[in-house]
Amino acid sequence: MTVTANSNASNQTELISAVIDGIEIRVPKGTLIIRAAEQLGNQIPRFCDHPSLAPVAACRMCLVEIDGMPKPQPSCAIALTDGMVVKTQQSSEVAAQAQAGVMEFLLLNHPLDCPVCDKGGECPLQNQAMTNGRAESRFEEGTKRLFEKPININSEILLDRERCVSCARCTRFADEIAGDPTLELLERGAHQQVGTADDRPFESYFGGNTIQICPVGALTSATYRFRSRPFDLISHNTICEHCSSGCSTRTDVRRGKIMRRLASNDPEVNEEWNCDKGRFAFTHTVIDRISTPLIRENGELRAASWPEAISFAAAGLKGKRAGVLTGGRLPQEDAYAFARFARVVLNTNNLDFRNRTSSDEEAEFLANHIAGSGLNVSYRDLETADVVVLVAFEPENESPIVQLRLRKAVRNNKLKVIAVDSAAAPGHEKLSAELHLAKPGTEAAALSALSDKLKGRNAIVLVGERAAASAGLLSAAVALSDATAAKLAWVPRRAGERGAVEAGLLPNLLPGGRLLSDATDRAAVAAEWNVQQLPTAIGLDQKGMVQAANAAKLDAFLVAGVDVTDVAYHDDFKAALAKTFVVSLEPHYSSVTDYADVILPVGVITEREGSFVDWEGRERSFTAAMHQSLALSDARVLHLIANELGIKFADDAKSAALHKSLTELKSTTKKPAMTKVSAVESAGLVLAGLRQLIDNGSLQNGEAHLAATAREAVAKVNAKTAADHGLIDGNLVVLEAPGGTLVIPVEIAAVADQTIWLPLNSDGSTPLINLGITIGDSVSVKDAGAYVV
Amino acid sequence: MAKAPQVIRGFWLTFSAMFRKPITEQYPEEKHIYPPQPRFHGRHQLNRYPDGLEKCIGCELCAWACPADAIYVEGADNTEEARFSPGERFGKVYQINYLRCILCGLCIEACPTRALTMTNEYELADNSRAKLIYEKQDLLAPLLPGMAQPPHQMVEGLTDRDYYSGKVTGATPAQILESEQE
Repeated sequence: MTVTANSNASNQTELISAVIDGIEIRVPKGTLIIRAAEQLGNQIPRFCDHPSLAPVAACRMCLVEIDGMPKPQPSCAIALTDGMVVKTQQSSEVAAQAQAGVMEFLLLNHPLDCPVCDKGGECPLQNQAMTNGRAESRFEEGTKRLFEKPININSEILLDRERCVSCARCTRFADEIAGDPTLELLERGAHQQVGTADDRPFESYFGGNTIQICPVGALTSATYRFRSRPFDLISHNTICEHCSSGCSTRTDVRRGKIMRRLASNDPEVNEEWNCDKGRFAFTHTVIDRISTPLIRENGELRAASWPEAISFAAAGLKGKRAGVLTGGRLPQEDAYAFARFARVVLNTNNLDFRNRTSSDEEAEFLANHIAGSGLNVSYRDLETADVVVLVAFEPENESPIVQLRLRKAVRNNKLKVIAVDSAAAPGHEKLSAELHLAKPGTEAAALSALSDKLKGRNAIVLVGERAAASAGLLSAAVALSDATAAKLAWVPRRAGERGAVEAGLLPNLLPGGRLLSDATDRAAVAAEWNVQQLPTAIGLDQKGMVQAANAAKLDAFLVAGVDVTDVAYHDDFKAALAKTFVVSLEPHYSSVTDYADVILPVGVITEREGSFVDWEGRERSFTAAMHQSLALSDARVLHLIANELGIKFADDAKSAALHKSLTELKSTTKKPAMTKVSAVESAGLVLAGLRQLIDNGSLQNGEAHLAATAREAVAKVNAKTAADHGLIDGNLVVLEAPGGTLVIPVEIAAVADQTIWLPLNSDGSTPLINLGITIGDSVSVKDAGAYVV
Repeated sequence: MAKAPQVIRGFWLTFSAMFRKPITEQYPEEKHIYPPQPRFHGRHQLNRYPDGLEKCIGCELCAWACPADAIYVEGADNTEEARFSPGERFGKVYQINYLRCILCGLCIEACPTRALTMTNEYELADNSRAKLIYEKQDLLAPLLPGMAQPPHQMVEGLTDRDYYSGKVTGATPAQILESEQE
């Protein structure tokens, strides 16, 4: 909380000298009085002041006496000047009296809710009323100003207007940080209140932060309301498992149950914010849990003991042609265990973490340009860059903290953001981004055209996971980076994807950023693993494995954390799982456990320790919030199976040992550039889209309040495409593809020509499931009449 | 008796005691004869408003004040369908562990709604640990005449503030009807 508000100020070396409470202090020019006083250990009481928000002097709590000024002044909004003499409440009766008076005013209309208020016990107003307030109220006029309470400002956030002290922290957050300026202070005087226009919900992916920064209990969470008091909670430092932003979070646990999650302050990563998904979506840790190992017998699952299930799994995998699918959510250490298990125990390179649209081009890109590249581009680099190019990556939905950091840089440092994507999104507008719309398949050309804008400037290119859907795009991004000396970073969507790359969970990649095709690298890994040699043939990717299984060229699957409906070829995927022996490591029942021959229950993320690697390449280690849990980690289960097969495997599979082993394998050797792939443009109308932040993702299960804040699912086309295909704004459109049909309202918006944009996994818009196609595939559309709600 | 042999002196003491008024308390047969002092700190009680609604708002301040960590509370929302206390919040789970409780009364001081008070009941012994964790139903005050069993609505036209200022005198026919329908 005490980091200086204005990062520019700390960069300037010009120091000024001033006197606070009789003590001379030298601080950088531009330092606010309240911050300078903090450096002297003098905490001036405050409510509206927040280091990350612009000064507003709304609450008037921080009044101090300044020599030469006729009245007490707000110390949170006035910068120290050379020779200024300030007296705070410590040395000035005037300041102390002014603060006591403001506190008395703030408490006049404040209800006596403390016993039932969620903020009670961790409330700045409560604390400062105890330290600076009067013991008795002098207000004897009768009733306080009353409001109906509480009201929803969106489905997740409740507002008790009586409790509000009009500090404007929430409205400033919405306006400055999130870029959703729909929260505003309404009315005047005693009736001033926070609200939204026409009582429409406050739409923001970051709204939960307003609850956390509210200095009173005016904003509370619908989910957490009345569930516990601060002193019940045991807090654990955790890392968010929802995306690759790598937010530091605080998980509060009461008696073995997660009560809430908050954003922790990590200046290098998430500062002190997180998104609503990270804050509210944790119910997935308790629903649909598998409590015991299960074995399928005559088509029915039955409970089994661990030793029985392990030997059943081992017998089923022994000597088989197997494939390993791990999804993108595993901690790095477990991913490493899978990488090792596949090579050492299953003797195969058939392994892939990409349970999504992927390509061989992407595998090569990740192996040659991302794996082992370390902290190449960081959040801080984004802030200091001149230009950032977003390629098939919409940060607000796909990595929201990147969005916040970019917005901060756009506002403070005049960063220019250029987006190459298939459709405009609200997030682009919040970054004042220069948008280059391109139909899927043609982004490569649009990207190459940007090189003049990047040359000679401090530029960064951020590529998203959707780039894999467009042939040649990753090659073009690498070429652009080479041609302009722009830094290149890959921002995946899921939390475990970068870690999986580092752990070598690709058919062409070994752990530590070592290439499978390189004999030296292979030897190094074999030595670390105490084996003679590793399988040398490049393995199959996920789609390849599914096809091989359906052609009876693969006998077994080892699957962890995969949902078959995340890919367009889900019918083939299901058929492949049905045909083969499937060992499933899952905490929850899922679409894979439906086909599993043996299910080995593992712990959810809150029950294990390990580390994620965020998109920067920064390791984000965490400990178990639910440390009493007996659930096993994936690595431990793999260890048991390997033992059963008589193969010594990774020091008891302890997280720390795996981490050490992986760290020792890290190679920083420069790898050859990837093979250039040329773009392929498909004719006619094609599908485009992305996974919205809040959608039907399985980690958001059981969170009705959160789900209700999701953006409405509509298809988007531009006016020309609409005219070409006879679509009418606001009507329904029916999409047809070989896999089926989908009916959805259509909206005319800024979208590339001959492209129809859809959310990929939202309520009412699941093209992968309904149509069996993905980004860049052809689709036919026709008008389906008026949309009646 | 001073010069009598010691053995006679000893038996005389025993013999004379037979004619003295006994000081033995016949507990538990005659415990009503010796009530504790009115302000004795005995078993807790969760009080009700005169219409039967519970006073506890589940704020956990008692648990917070407790030096022995003997109290466990979970709060919950009163809903339109089921109201247990005036206002928004009620104590859904309320437990006092009498193996831990030292009957100091700090919880009583902490209670903001006078929901928690202490009775003179001191017979807090049992033959298992589980039985000595008193649940909400063990601690709630009995329904007196004029009270209706919650859940039921507040008295028509009154708010939680009226309850706190003592404007409620008893259950109304509507409350009794609703209570009986439950």
